[in-house]
Amino acid sequence: MITNKKPRSSDSDSIYMRDDRTEMSVDDDRSPSPNSITHDSSPTRTYNTGSGPGPGPGSSSVPEYLAPYPDQVLENVLENVLWFLTSRKDRNAASLVCRSWYRVEALTRSDLFIGNCYAVSPKRATSRFTRIRSVTLKGRPRFADFNLMPPNWGAHFAPWVSAMAMTYPWLEKVHLKRMSVTDDDLALLAESFLGFKELVLVCCDGFGTSGLAIVASRCRQLKVLDLIESEVSDDEVDWISYFPDTGTCLESLSFDCVECPIDFDALERLVANSPSLMKLRLNRHVSIGQLHRLMVQAPHLTHLGTGSFSPSEDVAQGEQGPDYVSAFAACKSIVCLSGFREIIPDYLPAINPVCANLTSLNFSYANVSAEHLKPIICNCHNLQIFWVLDSICDEGLQAVAATCKELRELRVFPFDAREDIEGPVSEVGLQAVSEGCRKLQSILYFCQRMTNAAVVAMSKNCPDLVVFRLCIMGRQRPDHVTGEPMDEGFGAIVMNCKKLTRLAVSGLLTDRAFAYIGKYGKIVRTLSVAFAGDSDMGLKYVLEGCPRLQKLEIRDSPFGDAALLSGLHHYYNMRFLWMSACKLSHQGCQQIAQALPRLVVEVIKHEDTLDMDEYVDTLYMYRSLEGSRDDVPRFVSIL
Amino acid sequence: MSPEDGSNLLESDAASVSFKETELTLGLPGESRGLALVEKTSGKRGFLETVDLNLGRSSNVASDHNKYSGESEADVPNMAKPPAAKAQVVGWPPVRAYRKNAMKGCKYVKVAVDGAPYLRKVDLEMHNSYQQLLNALQDMFSCSSFTIRNYLNERTVMNQDVNNGVEYVPIYEDKDGDWMMLGDVPWKMFVESCKRLRLMKSSEATGFAPRTPSKCSSSN
Repeated sequence: MITNKKPRSSDSDSIYMRDDRTEMSVDDDRSPSPNSITHDSSPTRTYNTGSGPGPGPGSSSVPEYLAPYPDQVLENVLENVLWFLTSRKDRNAASLVCRSWYRVEALTRSDLFIGNCYAVSPKRATSRFTRIRSVTLKGRPRFADFNLMPPNWGAHFAPWVSAMAMTYPWLEKVHLKRMSVTDDDLALLAESFLGFKELVLVCCDGFGTSGLAIVASRCRQLKVLDLIESEVSDDEVDWISYFPDTGTCLESLSFDCVECPIDFDALERLVANSPSLMKLRLNRHVSIGQLHRLMVQAPHLTHLGTGSFSPSEDVAQGEQGPDYVSAFAACKSIVCLSGFREIIPDYLPAINPVCANLTSLNFSYANVSAEHLKPIICNCHNLQIFWVLDSICDEGLQAVAATCKELRELRVFPFDAREDIEGPVSEVGLQAVSEGCRKLQSILYFCQRMTNAAVVAMSKNCPDLVVFRLCIMGRQRPDHVTGEPMDEGFGAIVMNCKKLTRLAVSGLLTDRAFAYIGKYGKIVRTLSVAFAGDSDMGLKYVLEGCPRLQKLEIRDSPFGDAALLSGLHHYYNMRFLWMSACKLSHQGCQQIAQALPRLVVEVIKHEDTLDMDEYVDTLYMYRSLEGSRDDVPRFVSIL
Repeated sequence: MSPEDGSNLLESDAASVSFKETELTLGLPGESRGLALVEKTSGKRGFLETVDLNLGRSSNVASDHNKYSGESEADVPNMAKPPAAKAQVVGWPPVRAYRKNAMKGCKYVKVAVDGAPYLRKVDLEMHNSYQQLLNALQDMFSCSSFTIRNYLNERTVMNQDVNNGVEYVPIYEDKDGDWMMLGDVPWKMFVESCKRLRLMKSSEATGFAPRTPSKCSSSN
């Protein structure tokens, strides 16, 4: 039975709600930074009078005198109070109290968070919230990162920046994730927002070094320019040299993903001219010799991305080279290290002087072995975040477990991301980490083989786990010791880890695993499934059992229309559902679209499939106040 | 299985077949129960460039997951694959293209040439065989007229006129700190154990007797 569910008006607020409790989104895949420092939440503005002549189209001079109605006083008081409210959840709740609170909350909100750029239109958002200083927008779904979606699907920044250019002249911060941003967008941004301070682009594309040059030259108040895992085209513009020679306010500059060479002299000048610079993340075109020069100039850095960490070609034989150890020793404030993009392991010991202070270390591009790692990691007693390649093997992980007792987040990436190879890390490493790092909150672990026992052990040893993402790279691999499915392991995770909100499963999984998730995963918000399950029951368990589920991404699993329909009661509470290469028919998707008018149901077709195919390639659906978007490419049909 | 095992193979015939024999053999769990069509494969990381390795197994095993109960050797990885095509699946494993590309160039070692003032570095991951590496080195130092003695095939790589140029012998330092001749171990093993390269003048290569043809590696 299909119920015709109409969303409450409060659902529009849920679109502005940040799902994650922590300041930094847990599905943020950026280079690590200490937990205490985030890119987010510029402090809310405090004004002496709520209705005074604030910036922007606010409530400044009134053309004619209006006697203040009795509630006006209360409203003014409320405005003063609500300025201090930072949490989005609280704000959304406040806005539901009554019209007056709704109005005042809208006036006092300064951080706008939109988890799905298509859930609400720029016009609607900018009409309601008129005094925004900081905007966070997320676009494409995560599976698009893995080539599961054709290019040019959407998530364009252009309509947003156009709308904001007119309504938010005082905008200071833009944070985008998985959006398409053009050079023109960046130019408009640079021109329109005179006090612009922070630009953070995560997994974005569509722009190049010419766009960066415009931002560098026009945004005179720029404090943060962070490009993280974004694709930047090489327009052969020396963008670094576009920063003003007279000095900058830069506090953070991250360009490790920019694949184009840069003019080192310009960079050196920039660092010299940026006395507030605390975070510098270089790309792989900066040699270790050049890094040395920068470190000598800026020993006060707290976050350093080391670039290639190997010498450039013309290093004389037998020459001593600069004293890298001293350079690191002089940088007494470094707490976060990353880079090592082309590391020659000989140079690794140079970082020893800073190890004891490190809270965050990203070796995930460094092909180092256990024997390279051990002398370094044994000094990293304060490490909280560690990203590494599986080249360190189980032995390396054991060394981590032995020393890093404060570890909160571990990510082990595969050096060789193929399915049918032996793989250097296994349940041995996972078990060791679970025993040594009891405070672990977040783990991402790629491996070729795993056992239920190790996963169960982790569920018991690490009760603080919030994020558990295990990727057994061979599809549908069972426990390699017992031959059993991995159901019990993941079952233990949801059962024992009471704080778990994000889960990614893999290996051979039957419906039983999903029964566990549905039964115990009561606060799970994000679930990622691939090549798993036996029948519709699997998905039903999850949709019926997990009331907090927000983001569900499924690929290549045998879930069909009946399962899809079992979630009707819940889809308005979700940010999105992605299902690709499952067993959904057009009719099934159509039924959903008809039952839930505020849901945008996108069917994405891959090139080589025929229209007559029984199953839908990809279903991507999300709640929205706007209905069908107007920038739909030809391979998408909206039901 | 650690790469250090490789050094023990130096004395034996390092042809690819015997290398396979000395590796841990891997099979499906339940192999002892006599499942048909179980293929033993060697699974050293990266060794499976040769696409012809038959990783197939009887298709009924795939659909009947219950057959996986029962004991298997302790560290026998499961080579199970779904009955679908063995081709790699789009977007799996879920590693971003950015990261995959970054891994492509990831094993840099310094190259020193006797008599040349500057060190170079070369990315071993970029090459698939000794021949390719030697060609690359030849290109890299192309301004000097020298040849590299190629023991693999018992003939010099490029410049046949040995009298005009200086002949160099390529050697490398392995994980244990020993200097070895190139070509003794299979390529992949060399990549993992090589710490740095040196092109040594032949005239100084007294400690490195040329290998006899029968002992040359025929791999790659």
